[in-house]
Amino acid sequence: MTQARITWLGAFVACLLMVTTRLNISHPFEWVPIALTPLCLLAALVRLAGEKTRASRIASPVLFGFGIIWAWEMLCVGLHVPFILLPPPSAVAVAFVNNLGMLGSDFDQTFLHSVIAGYIIGCGTGFLTALAIDRSPFLQRGLTPLANMFSAMPIVGIAPITIMWFGFDWPSKAAVVALMTVFPMLVNTQAGLQESGIMERDLMRSYGASYWHTLIKLRLPAAMPMIFNALKLNSTLALIGAVVAEFFGTPTRGMGFRISTESARMNLDIVWATIFVAALAGGLSFALIAWGERAVTFWHPSFHKRQT
Amino acid sequence: MAKSPKFLSRPSFPRKRDSSSTATTNAYGAAAKILPPAVILTTLIIIWYIAAYLLNEPQAIALMDPDGPTNFWAVVNASWSMDRPVLPTPDQILSNLADSIFNYPLDSPRNFLLQTAYTAQAALTGLALGAVLGIALAAGIVHSRVLDRSIMPWVIASQTIPILAIAPMVVVALGNIGFTGLAPKAAIVGYLSFFPITVGMVKGFRSPDTMQLDLMRTYNASRAQIFTKLRWPVSMAFLFPSLKVAVALAITGAIVAELPTGAQVGLGARLLAGSYYGQTMMMWGALVLASLLAITLIFCVRLGEFFLRTSRGGRL
Repeated sequence: MTQARITWLGAFVACLLMVTTRLNISHPFEWVPIALTPLCLLAALVRLAGEKTRASRIASPVLFGFGIIWAWEMLCVGLHVPFILLPPPSAVAVAFVNNLGMLGSDFDQTFLHSVIAGYIIGCGTGFLTALAIDRSPFLQRGLTPLANMFSAMPIVGIAPITIMWFGFDWPSKAAVVALMTVFPMLVNTQAGLQESGIMERDLMRSYGASYWHTLIKLRLPAAMPMIFNALKLNSTLALIGAVVAEFFGTPTRGMGFRISTESARMNLDIVWATIFVAALAGGLSFALIAWGERAVTFWHPSFHKRQT
Repeated sequence: MAKSPKFLSRPSFPRKRDSSSTATTNAYGAAAKILPPAVILTTLIIIWYIAAYLLNEPQAIALMDPDGPTNFWAVVNASWSMDRPVLPTPDQILSNLADSIFNYPLDSPRNFLLQTAYTAQAALTGLALGAVLGIALAAGIVHSRVLDRSIMPWVIASQTIPILAIAPMVVVALGNIGFTGLAPKAAIVGYLSFFPITVGMVKGFRSPDTMQLDLMRTYNASRAQIFTKLRWPVSMAFLFPSLKVAVALAITGAIVAELPTGAQVGLGARLLAGSYYGQTMMMWGALVLASLLAITLIFCVRLGEFFLRTSRGGRL
């Protein structure tokens, strides 16, 4: 008990030190907190790794993340790293707050239009195609190697061609996203539909269940873990596809446009703020899908409480 | 703990359901394996030609010689052989590629082989970098609780972040301190390919079960010995699937890394230049070669996997 208290106290002190350190040093005594912080942080991390509680499992990465940001800030300011190489996090935070309107419009263009539209079209097409070819082993055997081959290809490269077809605005980006997401969904749904066991399918047959009954009551629920895998994989792919497709040309808004133009104009603080928005959007949509997965596939062994 | 991606599930044993892989010993089995993809591929190519006709037809009619023949086949031929088609036909793409490869010297920037070599160089350098870093980090995570607890969640969280988006910034930032050419591209590719390898290898190094680890302990094996004699050989079953994912990412990364430098060399640069100047054939050629490069590299990984599997008597 006291051991745990010491650990948490150390973590708290480390955080306190990180928040309070300043680098405009006027007195040699002010070096002490700067030197003390990494030691305190490391000690707290080592102690936390020994803990078994849930809180310590969350605290370790959070503390580590704070440590990285702190070290980043200190190195940037202390070593006078040029702004065009790596802006300090404080400057990124200021840029984020100052450009909220612009970042919001970029988010609207890239995420709410290109990503969402492309994601729905791509995942929907992949899912429906998998259902359609499910009854034909010939099509399945033919499409699986081709789909695997497609997943290895650099599909974002098709962006200039979709721009030629669908124009500069978001539909061309949505097309890239749709193409990128369709094959993972197809392959995973197809594999998922094979997941139900022979025993269960025999049981359904003994009930006299039709193909559709078996599909809806047994095979689709059994396929859900694989389908959610594809949904999670695709949420990242979709964002990457939309951002990278904008590097090839876009109207004057969008996260990819912002990143490429502002890095050419050396405004790296705005670039980092945009990356922060993209990371936040990616993380939140991933979390949303993971939450849906937990709700739908609660029966899967990977969600069982771990035995200690 | 969330479920692992599909490529990380233990791949060492052939699935019973997979009838195609067990029946490849005779000629009939081989045909059954090759025939369906071949039929579908042929169908797709036929659809491609029809689509090329439908998409190019309006422009083809507008460009046709008014005095020449105007029957159906003339229109079809015209729409299949346009200079700047909306959708070029496969044979146009291939003849264009062959033209650029055989009719220009190897060091000419119009030769696509030179561009492919640039991209492949960046991709392979970065991949080697990413593989070494990823395996080292995975070994660290497996052996250190502190690293496991504090870094692993970030490695997993980083998968949800569009890493590729920072490529232009890395190129510009590294360019400012004098790194141009191969270095920034390799850095981006390395950064991209290192994540799947880390995640896969952590799983691989942890995959020996308690019985096997206990056996090593009864031999009084040191941690280094357990690593080299048990963890490393066992992890090979996870290295190859991770490498396949990393290869796909590496090619994409190498292409995207070429965009912000102002389209000088490489397949990505060709794509961008084709996009600027409306050169449809240039874009398609670059795209086809990039895909071929990816397929070749994946094939090399598969070949390595096959040789290792054979030398271990049929399983990894």
